[in-house]
Amino acid sequence: MAVKIQIRDLNFFYGPAQALKSINMDIYENKITALIGPSGCGKTTLLRLMNRMSDLVPDTRVEGQVLIDGQDIFEKSVDVVNLRKKVGMVFQQPNPFPKTIFENVAYGPRMLGTNDKQALSKIVEESLKKAALWDEVKEMLNKSGMTLSGGQQQRLCIARVLAVNPQIILMDEPCSALDPISTLKIEELMMDLKKEYTVIIVTHNMQQAARVSDYTGFMLLGELVEYAVTREIFNVPKDKRCEDYITGRFG
Amino acid sequence: MSKISDSVLQPGCELRRVYDGFWRYAIYLFGAISFIILLLIALFIFREGYPAFQKIGIWQFISGLRWDVSDQAYGILPMIIGSTYVTIGALLISVPLGIFTAVFLTDVAPQMMRSIIRPAIELLVGIPSVVYGLVGMLMLVPIIRQSGHGSGDSVLAASIVLAVMVLPTIVSITEDSIIAVPNAYREGALSLGATRWQMIWHVVLPAAKSGIIASIVLGMGRAIGETMAMIMVIGNSIIIPDSIFSPARTLTGTLALELKYAAGLHWNALFATGVVLFVFILILNSFGFLMLRGKNK
Repeated sequence: MAVKIQIRDLNFFYGPAQALKSINMDIYENKITALIGPSGCGKTTLLRLMNRMSDLVPDTRVEGQVLIDGQDIFEKSVDVVNLRKKVGMVFQQPNPFPKTIFENVAYGPRMLGTNDKQALSKIVEESLKKAALWDEVKEMLNKSGMTLSGGQQQRLCIARVLAVNPQIILMDEPCSALDPISTLKIEELMMDLKKEYTVIIVTHNMQQAARVSDYTGFMLLGELVEYAVTREIFNVPKDKRCEDYITGRFG
Repeated sequence: MSKISDSVLQPGCELRRVYDGFWRYAIYLFGAISFIILLLIALFIFREGYPAFQKIGIWQFISGLRWDVSDQAYGILPMIIGSTYVTIGALLISVPLGIFTAVFLTDVAPQMMRSIIRPAIELLVGIPSVVYGLVGMLMLVPIIRQSGHGSGDSVLAASIVLAVMVLPTIVSITEDSIIAVPNAYREGALSLGATRWQMIWHVVLPAAKSGIIASIVLGMGRAIGETMAMIMVIGNSIIIPDSIFSPARTLTGTLALELKYAAGLHWNALFATGVVLFVFILILNSFGFLMLRGKNK
């Protein structure tokens, strides 16, 4: 089983406050890895470090390494723009651009310099199919992405990420703004996606983590308390704090 | 325990109701006053201008090429063109400058610079028009004169002065509309591997489009109405300018320069010019505010 991301002694600070404390973690290729834990435990912070969206927050500091395919992404010579093309991100609130459905998906490829209408149409169709949205929108590609339902918007955002051909997809509570049926669709989609991509998902919903993920990490107060195969975490947690959280005794 | 009827049916409530009603109507009245003032101004200009439209004819008045008081010829086309040229000239400078300044303030500048530059731009609004005119007259006009293109009093000088004057309007409204663009759009673009510039150009500015257009339209309204600074740097010759170095005259300038000695038809013609200005700016501003309101829906 290949390791895609290696996190080594990772510390992260917002100003003087330490948000992550010496995290060590191996994330496996073509698997779904879930990060769970109470609000403020640092799971979103950890996720956003993996494509350096953390750079957007001023006055922060990183120590340690995040290696993707062996390359430390915090090295000075790393181009963050190209990194983000390889490590895509889906956000908590669906955030389609105020453009047409077609243009939303075509946005990434256009930035990469694809302007040929036919090539773009092909990428858009493929990406929407992979995101299980094609059949619902193929007749209305020129409508605004904002007219779709929340669940459709989220799949549109996933299609938008797929269109730039990433290797890793980061999902930050992708279903927390969605109804149960839309949530189910996204979860099915994730199972499909892991065949081609490495997926990391932050979720508050423990049933979701149990349903979809292969590995689960439980975080608390900036520490990775326990990290193992999902079945083990949920059935035989080793750490008392993890057990308490999973059984609903706190959090 | 006391019943609720003891307090809700207390005597003396009527007086309070009358008092409350009085204030409500008083506030209605205050609110209406500003509208009534606008109405009175409009009525007054239209009443004084109407005879000119009647005697000269609306179309002849607007399209007439000659404005000669001694000959009783009143055509305002040269002034319409003069006003249009300086407005376009000013916008050509201030729109790109204003939009980039707004982008700089919202998405690029570090907090420290922002807190210096923003108040500086806002201060520009408070400088009296005549001071702009003076600076233009003493600095800009001589430079243009020395460059060997006529007297220096010109459409170019007027456009530059006006550009600085409308800059705060464009910057502040554009800035507001850029700030209103949800951060989620920015994150979405960046997470797809957009550079900061691509994010601003392809996502932020299109999303702020209606606010930007509104800022341009409102800036245009301000530009057309500007009087004093224009008189001081544009030369005021009643000609259709043939280059940016040519002098010209604006609609507002004509009013300011001639009203104090006007009588009879001349007087009416000046007010008719006011009517044209009034209608024009009313249309521009309504359009601008509609764009702004459309954005918030």
